Amino acid sequence: MSVKPGAEFLTGGLGIEMDSRRGLGRRRRPFEQFMHGALWLCGAISILTTIGIVYMLGQEALLFFRREEVRLLDFLTGWTWQPQTLQFGIWPLVNATMGASLIAMALALPLGLLIAIYLSEYASFKARRILKPILEVLAGIPTVVYGYFALTFVTPILRNMFGVEVVEIFNIASAGLVIGVLVLPTVTSMSEDALRAVPVALREAAVGLGATKLETSVRVVVPAALSGISAAFIVAMSRAVGETMIVAVAAGAGPRNFADWSEALGGLRALNPFQSAETMTGHIVRISGGDISYDSLDYDSLFAIGLLLFLMTLGLNIFSRAIASRFRERYD
Amino acid sequence: MAVSNVDGTTEGGGYALTASNLQVWYGGFHAVSDVSMEVPTHRITAMIGPSGCGKSTLLRTFNRMNDLVDVARVEGSVHYRGVDIYGPDVDPVEVRRRIGMVFQKPNPFPKSIFENVAWGARIHGFKGDMEQLVEDCLRRVVLWDEVKDKLNQSGLSLSGGQQQRLCIARAIAVQPDIVLMDEPCSALDPIATLHIEELMRDLAAQYTIVVVTHNMQQAARVSDYTAFFSVIPETRTGELVEVGPTDMIFDSPDNPRTNDYITGRFG
Ligand SMILES: Nc1ncnc2c1ncn2[C@@H]1O[C@H](COP(=O)(O)OP(=O)(O)O)[C@@H](O)[C@H]1O
Ligand SMILES: [Mg+2]
Repeated sequence: MSVKPGAEFLTGGLGIEMDSRRGLGRRRRPFEQFMHGALWLCGAISILTTIGIVYMLGQEALLFFRREEVRLLDFLTGWTWQPQTLQFGIWPLVNATMGASLIAMALALPLGLLIAIYLSEYASFKARRILKPILEVLAGIPTVVYGYFALTFVTPILRNMFGVEVVEIFNIASAGLVIGVLVLPTVTSMSEDALRAVPVALREAAVGLGATKLETSVRVVVPAALSGISAAFIVAMSRAVGETMIVAVAAGAGPRNFADWSEALGGLRALNPFQSAETMTGHIVRISGGDISYDSLDYDSLFAIGLLLFLMTLGLNIFSRAIASRFRERYD
Repeated sequence: MAVSNVDGTTEGGGYALTASNLQVWYGGFHAVSDVSMEVPTHRITAMIGPSGCGKSTLLRTFNRMNDLVDVARVEGSVHYRGVDIYGPDVDPVEVRRRIGMVFQKPNPFPKSIFENVAWGARIHGFKGDMEQLVEDCLRRVVLWDEVKDKLNQSGLSLSGGQQQRLCIARAIAVQPDIVLMDEPCSALDPIATLHIEELMRDLAAQYTIVVVTHNMQQAARVSDYTAFFSVIPETRTGELVEVGPTDMIFDSPDNPRTNDYITGRFG
C-alpha cells in the first residue's frame, strides 16, 4: 500500500514537527497528572464525608449508650419510647417508619414501574413530552406542602372511605401514601432509564417470535432491566425511610407505645395504619425543634435514632443489591 | 399447521409469499420502490445488492417488522397463503408467529439456553413436552451436543456462531412456515458461516427461507432463487433489478447491472 499523497503535507506543511529525538521516551503530561489528582480528590471527598457523618453519629450515639439510665438491650427490644420516664425502646419509632415506608413503596413501586413501562414502550413522542415534565414538577414540590396535602386532602378521603372512628386525624396511611407520591418520580425516571437501555435487538427478537407488545415488555424488557429497576427501588426506599416533613405534619406527634411485644402484636395493633404514630425522623425533628439542651439525654438519644436510621438504609441497600444480582439478566 | 406440500401446492400456487408493487417510505424518504416478486415455497431465496439498497427494509415488510418503526410506511401488498398481510383484518402478531425472523447480529435473550428456545413456544401456549421441543429444536440446528450439559447457562455465554444457531432454534421452536434471515452470517467467522449455510440447506426441506446477504458466494452456494436489488443513484431509492433461479442470475443475467455487480464491476 502506498502512502497517501497529502500525508507529507499534514506533518510537514502544517508545521506539526515530529520530534524524532524524543522517540518513545516517557513524557511528562502535567495537565493529565493534575486532573488525575483532582478527580481522585473528588472521590476522596465523598468517601470522607460519609466517614465523617458515621463517625459523628457513632460518637454521639456512644454518649447515649454510655449513660447509666440507658440499657442497649432495652433500646433494641423495647416497645415504649418515653424519655420522661427514661424508657428508650426504639420499636414504636421503627415500626412507624417501616409502616409509612412500606405503604409508600406499595404505591410507588408498581405505579412507578407501570408508568415507566408506558413511557418507554408504549407512549408516543407527544405523550412523553407532556407526561415527563409533569412528573418532574411532582419531584420539585416542597415536602412540607406534601405534608399538608396529606393532612388536609388525603386524610379526609381516607376518613370518608373507612369511617371517622377508624381513621384518626393523624395517621401513618395518609403520610405513607403521600410519601409514595413523593418518590414516584424517582422510581419512574430511574426505571424508565433502565428500560430504555435494553437493546432494541432484544425487543425485535421477541416481536419476531410473534410476541405481543405486552409480552415483550413484561417478559423480556423488564427482566433485562431488573438491576436498574432495583436501583430505583433502593433509592426510593431510602428516601422514604428518611422522609421527615410529611410524617412530621401528617403522621402524629407522639410514639405509639406498647408495653411489650405481645401487646404490640396482639391483634396486630402495632400494624394499624390508621392510627397516629411517630416515626424515627418525625421524632428527631419534633424533639430538636423544641428547646433542648445540648448534653441532655434527649439530645443524645436523637443520635442513637439517627445511627439506627443510617444502618437501616445501609442494610436495605445491601439486601436489595443481593436480591437484584440474583435475578438480574445480564445483556451486556 | 405447517405447509403440507414440498412441491408447493399451497394456497398462493407454490409461492409462500407474493409481493406486489411494494413501496416503503421512511418519513419522506422513498426507501424501496415498486417491488413485485414471489418467494417459492420450501426454497431458499437470496436477496443481494449493495449496502443501503433496501434489502433489510424489504425483508422486514415480509413479516410486518416495519410496524415497529414509527416513520415507516408501506404501500402495495404481500400475500401469504392467499391473504394480504397488510389487509385491514390481519393481526401483525399472528403474521410474525408464522413468518419468523433471524437477525444480523445474534440476539439471544439474556436468559438460559433452555429458556431462549422455550420462550416463543411458551408465550404461544405450547402445551406439549417442552424439554422434548427444546431438544428437538437444538438438534435441528446441530447445537444440541454442544449445549446439552449447560442448558441452564445464559445464551450469551455461547460463541457468536452458537448464538446464531440458538436464535434459529428459537425461531423454529414456534413452528413458523417461513424464516426470514437478515445477513445471518455477517457477524460470524468462516467456519461458523459454513455451519449456518449447511443448516439453511437442511431447513429448506421444511421451511421457506428468505435470506439477505451481501456475500455473493453465499447466495450462489445456498440459494435456489436470487433477487438482485440496486439503488437509483439520484434518490437513493432501492429497486428490484431482477429475480430468478440462482444459476440463471449468476450465469446469464438479463440485466447488465446484475452482471456488473456479480462480476465485481460495480459502480
Ligand atoms: N429506521 C429507519 N429510518 C430511516 N431510514 C432508514 C431506516 N432504516 C433504513 N433506512 C434507510 O433505508 C435505506 C435502506 O436501508 P436498508 O434496508 O437497511 O438497506 P440494506 O439492508 O440493503 O443495506 C437506507 O438508505 C437507510 O438509510
Ligand atoms: Mg441490511
